[in-house]
Amino acid sequence: MTTKIGTLNLIEDRPLIQWLWRGAMALAALALLVIYADVFDVYEISIVIFTAVTMALLGQNWAGFRHHSITVTILSLLAIQRYGADLSLADSDFLLSYILASQSAFMWMSALFVLATVTYFIGLILRSDFTQQVGTGLTWSAATMGMVGLMVRWKESYLIGVDVGHIPVSNLYEVFILFAVMTSIIYLFYERRYQVRSLGGFVLLVISAAVVFQLWYAFERNAHEIQPLVPALQSYWMKIHVPANFVGYGTFAMAAMIGVAYLLVSWRQQVKADSRLVQSMPSLAIMDELMYKAIALGFAFFTVATILGALWAAEAWGGYWSWDPKETWALIVWLNYAAWLHMRMTKGWGGRPMAWWAVIGLFVTLFAFLGVNMFLSGLHSYGTL
Amino acid sequence: MADSSTPQVQRQTLSQRLFLFLGSMDLAITLLLTLAIASIIGTVLQQNQPYTDYVIKFGPFWFELFESAGLYDVYSSLWFLAILTLLVISTSVCVIRHTPSMLRDMWNLRTHVQEKSLQALKHNERWTVASQAEQTANALQVEFAKQGFRVKQTIKPEGILVSAMRGGMNRMGYILTHSAIVVICLGGLLDSNLPLKWAEWRGTIKIETRDIAVSEIPEASKLPVGRQAFRGSINIPEGRSSSIAFVAMRDGYLVQSLPFRIEVKDFRIEHYATGQPKSFETDLVIHDTDLAEPLATTISVNHPLIYKGYAIYQASFSDGGSKLEIEAWPFAAAQATLVETKVFENTQFHWGKQQFQLEMTAFRPFNINPDPTEEDPARLRNFGPTMGFKLRSETGEALEYLNYMLPVQREGRDFFLSGVRSSPADEFGYLYIPVDSQGEITGFNQFLMRVRDKALVAEIAQQMMAETLAAINSDEQNLQQSLQSTLVKLIAMFEQGGFASVTEFIETSLPEVERASLGPAYLAMLREMLARIYFSDLSDNEMVADEQLLFLQDAVDAMGSLPRYGSPVYLMLTDYEQVEASGLQVAHAPGKPVVYLGCAFLITGVFLLFYLPQRRFWALAKTQQQGSTVILAGMSNRNSRDFEPFFEQISNRLKQLDGNSH
Ligand code: HEM
Repeated sequence: MTTKIGTLNLIEDRPLIQWLWRGAMALAALALLVIYADVFDVYEISIVIFTAVTMALLGQNWAGFRHHSITVTILSLLAIQRYGADLSLADSDFLLSYILASQSAFMWMSALFVLATVTYFIGLILRSDFTQQVGTGLTWSAATMGMVGLMVRWKESYLIGVDVGHIPVSNLYEVFILFAVMTSIIYLFYERRYQVRSLGGFVLLVISAAVVFQLWYAFERNAHEIQPLVPALQSYWMKIHVPANFVGYGTFAMAAMIGVAYLLVSWRQQVKADSRLVQSMPSLAIMDELMYKAIALGFAFFTVATILGALWAAEAWGGYWSWDPKETWALIVWLNYAAWLHMRMTKGWGGRPMAWWAVIGLFVTLFAFLGVNMFLSGLHSYGTL
Repeated sequence: MADSSTPQVQRQTLSQRLFLFLGSMDLAITLLLTLAIASIIGTVLQQNQPYTDYVIKFGPFWFELFESAGLYDVYSSLWFLAILTLLVISTSVCVIRHTPSMLRDMWNLRTHVQEKSLQALKHNERWTVASQAEQTANALQVEFAKQGFRVKQTIKPEGILVSAMRGGMNRMGYILTHSAIVVICLGGLLDSNLPLKWAEWRGTIKIETRDIAVSEIPEASKLPVGRQAFRGSINIPEGRSSSIAFVAMRDGYLVQSLPFRIEVKDFRIEHYATGQPKSFETDLVIHDTDLAEPLATTISVNHPLIYKGYAIYQASFSDGGSKLEIEAWPFAAAQATLVETKVFENTQFHWGKQQFQLEMTAFRPFNINPDPTEEDPARLRNFGPTMGFKLRSETGEALEYLNYMLPVQREGRDFFLSGVRSSPADEFGYLYIPVDSQGEITGFNQFLMRVRDKALVAEIAQQMMAETLAAINSDEQNLQQSLQSTLVKLIAMFEQGGFASVTEFIETSLPEVERASLGPAYLAMLREMLARIYFSDLSDNEMVADEQLLFLQDAVDAMGSLPRYGSPVYLMLTDYEQVEASGLQVAHAPGKPVVYLGCAFLITGVFLLFYLPQRRFWALAKTQQQGSTVILAGMSNRNSRDFEPFFEQISNRLKQLDGNSH
């Protein structure tokens, strides 16, 4: 083994780069605020500032994130410039129709995610560092294409009609892509910080599953068509509530997949202590800790998201809590992870039971995310199957 | 970590044991999971539906069982509230028990540690410096403070101890998170309908279940203006006003008075180019004696009006009593009667011997539906206005109808479209009446009249019998008789029971061996008869156009469905004047600020808990013959892996001090 598995990577970038990055974020935010001065309301201004600060913090020591953001910006601007005011170019312009139109970008994203999953696993089997690095590269490219797709789709919705335009987090199809992109970026963060490339295949498995589902959803149900927003969704709360939720869903999914890896490794370890798998995977202790970290992060964001949801409900439905199925399932997910955290922090449980619990947590989360839309009816109107 | 499961040595009183049990982690985790599981019930079983729906769904036995378990309103059932209460108590006990030690831990710099215990910590280091212990300790203290630590020096027998701590607020995170649960639940309690349930239990209020005029509702079902929380709804037609709201309770409602009057000026729906709704808006005027002049404003979905702590939301819309002009065409009649009515109005009618009550239930100016006849079934199309109504017979039974004002196209032909069903649980079955060449229903009615004309049918049957027998060269008397009567009978059966009756007749009256050959023959004869009846008013050598054949075919299909249609009359909407009603929700939630405060606690608390680890350092400076020795130790209450590099970083910084202090 040449990689140091599970060592913490806290290398700081050079101050010059850090300041350049922070400056760039500040400038970008400022530019947006000046350009859109007369359409932004106070909420949108806060969202822009909040996003800029978050990106400045994430990117100051994380080169991968900086490259990702810059690439997304360049490609999105390129697509927007190509489009001009003519949506039909999506089919005729070479660059758009093969790469940058949102549908094409999503296709690239899907293919790259699946490829990345396979590559990571091949790297794991061959114990090839290089192959796993390629996996990381592919994951970055997939996340980048996904993000570009979302940005371009945002623009496309405005090209359909000024009153149709909206941020692409409004239906099941769009949030699936958001899920894939968010989960992969969160994973990449931990991968870099804890040097745990061999977990890549496991985490990307759940992303690939999401991608396959989203492709089916698009082909089978024409879900990819951009629809105007129903009145209930025309709210600035949507812009923050939905992404905050998906940080939660993403990290919970990641924790569950680390749980799967944990169970697999601990099983192999019992059968054969020096098996290849055991040697090439991070230690159980690190996976255990990562699981905790992911769930803690998810729990924090899910708390915020649920509270934002309550604030929104107070404005749209006349009450901050209505025991609507989606709301109630959010509470169930939240209570489940609260119990998980207590078990671990105060009763000191760890190891396999907690890994199993994290895996089960994924199913609870999945039901809250998908099952409710499929099987239960309620006030949440953003997507049915 | 403080854990209540550590065995207690002393004897405990019962109340102490209870206190410990309530604050125990095991109970807490059990409660969290129990609450999660209990919450599932209400998402699987749709809550607060009309009780009749539940009876239909579960049958009387299960209906009552579920009702007594409170399953139709799980979240305010006693047992659910009991679990919640227990959670609140458990969390409160937990906070009360842990807060003192948390607060201490937050401030206490732990100055009583000894050298041995420092060396026992996982992260520790030792080095020597040239300066004296006091100087070293001072320099360490300054550097710790620079790094954002709270610091304190204590003189110990073995040297000078510098204790430092960062992130004490982590402990505050615990207090905030857990008090948040209590605060949110208490705020929620203020806004719940528990006081109403209590008042009902004591008998001071009574839930109204009848559908009666507001003026007839007894006082016991009315709630005065007050500080209590409620969530009510009210439909106000355009141009009208209201100062009450209906609060739904179980299978009935209560009437809540408002301290102001809400007038609805106008309700609007705007549409996107694709036909989907874009906005629902209401122009409101609030009339209140406290106002110098009425307050006019516009609300829409996501943009409520907050007035005097009452929030007024756009929740729905409905008809507000649109005026309708209807032509009532009895089937097989040449004349229609004109009816003027309004939505939600009942009108009595006679058709022949039958008496009916016409109950208008709905009107919609647009019906944007997927067009099943388009190649792309997802394509939406506007089918124009519809009216919904019930026809109630003297026996009290009613069928529900949905009639389209404009003819709809199917395979290039126009039809009057009307849906019928016997219960709201069913899908509509549709009757398609072909529109004649004048664009009217008269063509169909005239044909029907002839089918019902006994003399005409007999004459045509005779004609047809004669031609048929001539074709097979037979003049047998018996055959003549039976054929003619069969033909008449077929028409009569068809007219009364549609194709279903005819098929049934074939299946019950024909011997099995003949069914296969004679069955189709009977149907063919029936069709031939109908065609002859239809064309009977044509002069002999007139050409029959394709449209007429198609009309005949469509008319026969419609006639075949008429018996199931259940109404002797077709109601045709000819003109309307729409009046809409805006569905408003009025809410008063005095607990909302409390809940939001709790939410703020929760968010702050959670982030403090997870992301502000409490980090402690101790540096013991011991005087040596030459300079002094520093023993440094550190610990963090979270994320020990992240602490490692942090410890290294701090210790490197501290070691460099040495160089400067030479
Ligand atoms: C809905 C109810 C509750 C929620 C949402 C909640 C949430 C939390 C969270 C998020 C943590 C932090 C865990 C971590 O650091 O990973 C925590 C810690 C803790 N909770 Fe709760 N909790 C609840 C109820 C309770 C109850 C009823 C008790 C009483 C037994 C309790 C006792 C504790 C203790 C002792 C800690 C450890 C604090 C520390 O030393 O860091 N919690 N809780």
